[in-house]
Amino acid sequence: MQSSPDFARPVAQASLAGQRMRLFRLPWIAIAAILVSLFALIPLGFIIAVAIQIGWATVVELVFRPRVGDLLVNTFFLVALTVPLSIALSVALAWLTERSDLPGARLWAWLAVAPLAVPAFVHSYAWVTLVPGVHGLGAGVFISLIAYFPFLYLPVSAAMRRLDPALEDSAASLGLGPWRVFFRVVLPQLRLAICGGSLLVGLHLLAEYGLYVFIRFDTFTTAIVDQFQSTFNGPAANMLAGVLIACCFALLVLEILVRGEERYARVGSGAARQAPRARLGRATLPCLLLPLVVAVLAIGVPFVTIGRWLVAGGWEVWRLDEISAALGQTAFLAIAGAVLATVAAIPMAWLSIRKPGRLQRVLEATNYTVGSLPGVVIALALVTLTVRFMLPLYQTLVTILIAYTLMFLPRAIISLRASIAQAPVELERAASNLGRSPANALWSTSIRLSAPGAAAGMALVSLGILNELTATQMLAPNGTMTLALAFWSYSGEIDYAAAAPYALIMVAASLPLTWLLYVQSKRMAGQ
Amino acid sequence: MKSVFSALASAITLATILTTSPVSAQEKEIIVYNAQHKSLAEEWAKAFTEETGIKVTLRNGGDSEFSNQIVAEGAASPADVFLTENSPAMTLVEQAGLFAPVNADTLALVPKEYQPSSGKWVGIAARSTVFAYDKTKLNADQLPKSLVDLADASWKGRWGASPSGADFQAIVSALLQLKGEEATAAWLKAMKENFKPFKGNGTVMKAVNAGEIEGGVIYHYYWFGDQAKTGENSKNVELHYFKNEDPGAFVSVSGGGVLASSKHPDEAQAFLKWIAGKGGQAVLRDGTSFEYTVSTGEAANAKLVPLADLQAPKIDPATLNSKKVTDLMTAAGLL
Repeated sequence: MQSSPDFARPVAQASLAGQRMRLFRLPWIAIAAILVSLFALIPLGFIIAVAIQIGWATVVELVFRPRVGDLLVNTFFLVALTVPLSIALSVALAWLTERSDLPGARLWAWLAVAPLAVPAFVHSYAWVTLVPGVHGLGAGVFISLIAYFPFLYLPVSAAMRRLDPALEDSAASLGLGPWRVFFRVVLPQLRLAICGGSLLVGLHLLAEYGLYVFIRFDTFTTAIVDQFQSTFNGPAANMLAGVLIACCFALLVLEILVRGEERYARVGSGAARQAPRARLGRATLPCLLLPLVVAVLAIGVPFVTIGRWLVAGGWEVWRLDEISAALGQTAFLAIAGAVLATVAAIPMAWLSIRKPGRLQRVLEATNYTVGSLPGVVIALALVTLTVRFMLPLYQTLVTILIAYTLMFLPRAIISLRASIAQAPVELERAASNLGRSPANALWSTSIRLSAPGAAAGMALVSLGILNELTATQMLAPNGTMTLALAFWSYSGEIDYAAAAPYALIMVAASLPLTWLLYVQSKRMAGQ
Repeated sequence: MKSVFSALASAITLATILTTSPVSAQEKEIIVYNAQHKSLAEEWAKAFTEETGIKVTLRNGGDSEFSNQIVAEGAASPADVFLTENSPAMTLVEQAGLFAPVNADTLALVPKEYQPSSGKWVGIAARSTVFAYDKTKLNADQLPKSLVDLADASWKGRWGASPSGADFQAIVSALLQLKGEEATAAWLKAMKENFKPFKGNGTVMKAVNAGEIEGGVIYHYYWFGDQAKTGENSKNVELHYFKNEDPGAFVSVSGGGVLASSKHPDEAQAFLKWIAGKGGQAVLRDGTSFEYTVSTGEAANAKLVPLADLQAPKIDPATLNSKKVTDLMTAAGLL
């Protein structure tokens, strides 16, 4: 499936020539990407070093044991069930909100993004309160679905909004019915969005900690934290992390295979016509049910639960000095980390769109692999390295910010990548031809045009930092108490009432970021 | 693109400035690695600062995590004081040779049974193992006579614990000390078959209260703490003390020590003395922690069953082995 068949050949030729040209003219961007990736390799290198240090026999003993088998089964089913369900839900919601005449489509679109404002562990906290004793795989899949599907809904709905209806019209005029048009024309064009979003969801499932602790569902990440809490940096934790990295590799390979290399930018004169909305007619009421139920489960439940605990806790739980200090620290970490991660993502995102190839795949795989590692593994590597070799950086802001960058780089890259993909490469070439230096040409065209993606990426990274637990606890300077840490500490002592104000503030702080994401995805479609 | 690099450069510079800002300007400040409950340590720190003007910065975490972290940090550890919930973590740091001797006047406050003979750390509080059970489901005669009984097939699926916590691991270390390695490994294997895992002792009690399990092996103070608050998580729960010098009657000693690498040893020693002394023990007695006091002449909270009545097994806290316990638990598939 080519979305712009007429232009495929000349573009391919031009980009081949362009590649040869840029290889000599822009090596710095590749170097920058390599540097970022080398940094990202630190945790991997650390685990390999540990494996070599403890010897093969011990590795076998720690990896090939029944516990690891249990965890593999849990992790496999979690991903294999949650991701397809998320895709189905997101595509259905995206179609309803973007391509049908569903009443209140804008409101429903916003409500489909809003669950992102509720940290995953707060979703879990809400459900454990509502249904005490809920646990296991079913609960894991359900809560993961409502917590993480917006990561798929956002790109899918944005892509759906941008589709050129001309293609669908052509297909229809060639005799395809509406369903077949959807499956043969619309769905394939959503492939990049679905792949990117699915990968993001899959990686979150592998790395999530708090959500699964509440519902007693063991994954590799929870098992690593258990080991960490028992042994700090013991070999068993590192070997579990090794298996987790292998899982992540499997996801990456899958995504690359499915994603393909097709070009999706629209090139041609004029702008795409806005797609007409399908009439739901009698199906309107049943169709309204889907976004309504999702909103109640994903937003209603957390809000009602937090409200319930706030009422139960009364004024006592609002310890304002504690809360304002935590809020300030969290805001600072989130903003600084978001800026750093976005800047580090630029070279990689650019390469992956403009110069795909073996080097780019290796580098990208590196970044995604590291991004899928639980915070605790990255933190473990950085703690050991800083304490042994870079003592002045130990327990400093620099180290925690580097950890955030490594962890959340994929979020920044994916957002930027989608944005750069839409900035026509022709502009960059034109700028070069008009005499700008390579760096300047890039800056004044693709990077500026990808500002919406960068902003979306920053919002995503900030959201991640806002909800981060384990790495913050291990790496942050002494005395650091973020909103997430305070929430976790109180809920760990099953003082759910005292944890409620922190949950509320986290949600309130996330809402504007989520709103920004929503607005951004609208603006990208020119609305 | 240059501006991107300069943005990156300025971000790093800013971060470096912020992190290397003069910490030493505040002379009277100590850093405490706190594995005790956050609320308890905060109460201690606040009262101590008010009394002495010495600022206390807490880093919160768990026993085993911190003990291993301190060992990894070695002489470079930023910590001045280390506080735990259980003693195995103390032993680990002591064996690495990282503790300074505790001042003699502090040691004199606490009876010999709550401190190691080496004098490298000192007991600051204590907690008793209990079997928290659902009183709507179990009668007194249906309760296990010993912790060992929970390995019996008749208990399959009926009890819970928090195996990843240092608390439960301390209880296992007592079992190891009393019954030996072989018996402990067999017991853990049976436990893996029988029990339901939870994260955190409070969660275990909550599950007992909700009827998910009939009983759980935890420490006593979770129940008292919840009763003093809303009682919402413990209204169906009763505590069973094993007594009879059973491994399940184990009383765990919470410890405090001063790091040899401390840059503020006098302030650190003062803080430890304050906790082991009248002020710190009064917080235990009158506050909401419900942990036992350990200092001579400092009575515990009146609501608690007196320590002397618990018939705890006699175990030298310095002999408890945390490394062996985690190895055995990993081998049993519990970790």
